[in-house]
Amino acid sequence: MSAVASTAVDIRPGGLWLAFSQNRLAWIGLVLLALIVLVAIFAPWLAPYDPLEQNIVARLEPPSAEFWLGTDAYGRDVLSRLIYGARISLFVGFVAILIAMLIGTAIGVLAGYVGGLFDQIVMGVLDVLLAFPTLLLGLMIAAMLGASLDNLIIAIAVTEIAPFARVARAPTITLRQRDFVEASRSYGCGPFRIMFRHILPNMLSDVVVMSSLWLASAIRTEASLSFIGLGVPPPAATWGGMIREGFENILDAWWLAVFPSLAILATVLALNLLGDALRDASDPKSRAR
Amino acid sequence: MTSFVIRRLLLAIPTLLVMLTAIFVLVRLVPGDAASVILGDQASAASLAALREKLGLDQPVHLQYLAFIGKVLTGDLGQSLSSGRTVISEVLLVLPSTIELTVASVAIGLVLGLPLGVAAALSRNGWVDYVARVVSLVGLSFPAFVSGILMLIVFAIQLGWFPVLGNTSGSGGLAERFRALALPALNLGIIMTAYVMRVTRAAMLGVLTEDYIRTARAKGVGPGQLVVTHALRNSLIPIITVVGLYFGTLIGNSVLTEIIFNRPGLGKLILGALNARDYTLLQGLMIIFAICVIVVNTLTDMAYGLVDPRVKYS
Repeated sequence: MSAVASTAVDIRPGGLWLAFSQNRLAWIGLVLLALIVLVAIFAPWLAPYDPLEQNIVARLEPPSAEFWLGTDAYGRDVLSRLIYGARISLFVGFVAILIAMLIGTAIGVLAGYVGGLFDQIVMGVLDVLLAFPTLLLGLMIAAMLGASLDNLIIAIAVTEIAPFARVARAPTITLRQRDFVEASRSYGCGPFRIMFRHILPNMLSDVVVMSSLWLASAIRTEASLSFIGLGVPPPAATWGGMIREGFENILDAWWLAVFPSLAILATVLALNLLGDALRDASDPKSRAR
Repeated sequence: MTSFVIRRLLLAIPTLLVMLTAIFVLVRLVPGDAASVILGDQASAASLAALREKLGLDQPVHLQYLAFIGKVLTGDLGQSLSSGRTVISEVLLVLPSTIELTVASVAIGLVLGLPLGVAAALSRNGWVDYVARVVSLVGLSFPAFVSGILMLIVFAIQLGWFPVLGNTSGSGGLAERFRALALPALNLGIIMTAYVMRVTRAAMLGVLTEDYIRTARAKGVGPGQLVVTHALRNSLIPIITVVGLYFGTLIGNSVLTEIIFNRPGLGKLILGALNARDYTLLQGLMIIFAICVIVVNTLTDMAYGLVDPRVKYS
């Protein structure tokens, strides 16, 4: 049973918190992410202008006291669009990861619990999916379905299902042989009750720890697809879409592309710092390093 | 060795079939049907029916599937709807430029990433290690188009060191070609460097505590030779794995990089196909990407045996 110890995560608040709180980079990530989430939540109160309001007189204004981050080709305030853009990026990322987590974890637990040929086929297909570049897979799905908020979420969710299934499957295989699972089976518990009441709670922390890193990847994919033109359609303010518009005016208005670029970078970096710290804290082997 | 290669190639067949099936299903996901999407809302019923027949959409799904697989296996990826040329010839036209970019960025990644990773591992928890870890995390966080745009603004537009529009003609002298390649290759190379550095550091840390390293040191092996011939050599397997796995991401990122630096290549081809709603070209490109990924994965597996004689080809 020693194999279980290495896969099970210590989710007692004390242990994880101790390892986490000693990591300086984790704090930077946490504070940065909290700031971005707060900005997204309080967008209507923070944004100085309406993000969609056009002002033809003030087109392509460089950053100034009036427009802190300048204005775009339609005279819209870049700062306000940046603040509202945080909402779309985070929303799309969170929802897509949530969907991927639900479907991927269910597949992983089922494959790990049932085992045999079913397991081999399912994981074989998922491995193929995993080998395919995330961006190209998302691009293909979004292109086929058409550019809209729902389709964007679906496309990103599909690209993240396979990693969740992988992470959920491994602990399931060791957990299903544990005595408490055997005991509940002898009490007459059905397979679904065992999977959801006994196995799932014991491996959920593995899944949750990884989801922070994959949220970073989802947000990166969202920005990339929006940049290509497969994101939430204009005039909605999205970071990737703003960079796309900035790219069209790159020779005479650098601020259009630079600020949303920095916003994406900060968000992804914050999530990566946080995810790395969570993973290190939950894995005693990597903590020692 | 030969039997291993053959077995590994046979293993690639089901993988290819799964990918082709996924692509087939994906293309059928188009809302409405492909013919009406291609021709638009105003198309007459007659022209719709004609195109459906041409694309084989009037056949039952299982026959369409068999025809699709059969065509791909015989190397027929269809014709581009917008240019009329075959997908293969469209791809061959731009492929050299994408390969040039990919090879250059992998080279940059290895040349910078390996020494950095070794240095970080040797100064574990020292300041070199700390800086290298933070830098690599930042590198991993950059979506390729974000770093590309920032580099374009700073080095090409503000400083004027590099051409803004890239080498669109594909002609010009070697020096000019190199100058056009520099920024895009550096853009992808930095991300690659971050990956290589991270995995090199982790692998080296694992190897450096092994007994045989201590033995070698006791025998009087110098630090340089110790690192290169004893430690690094045994860290190569995870590094090769990462380079192989990263190849898929690299293809995806090269799409964005080519768009930003206005380079001809598979990326620009994809974007053109998207904008022109050229679904056959898009489908053909996906198949080619899928084949590339499978080939690289297979080659990665085979490379294990070359660096580590303990890996048995059985």
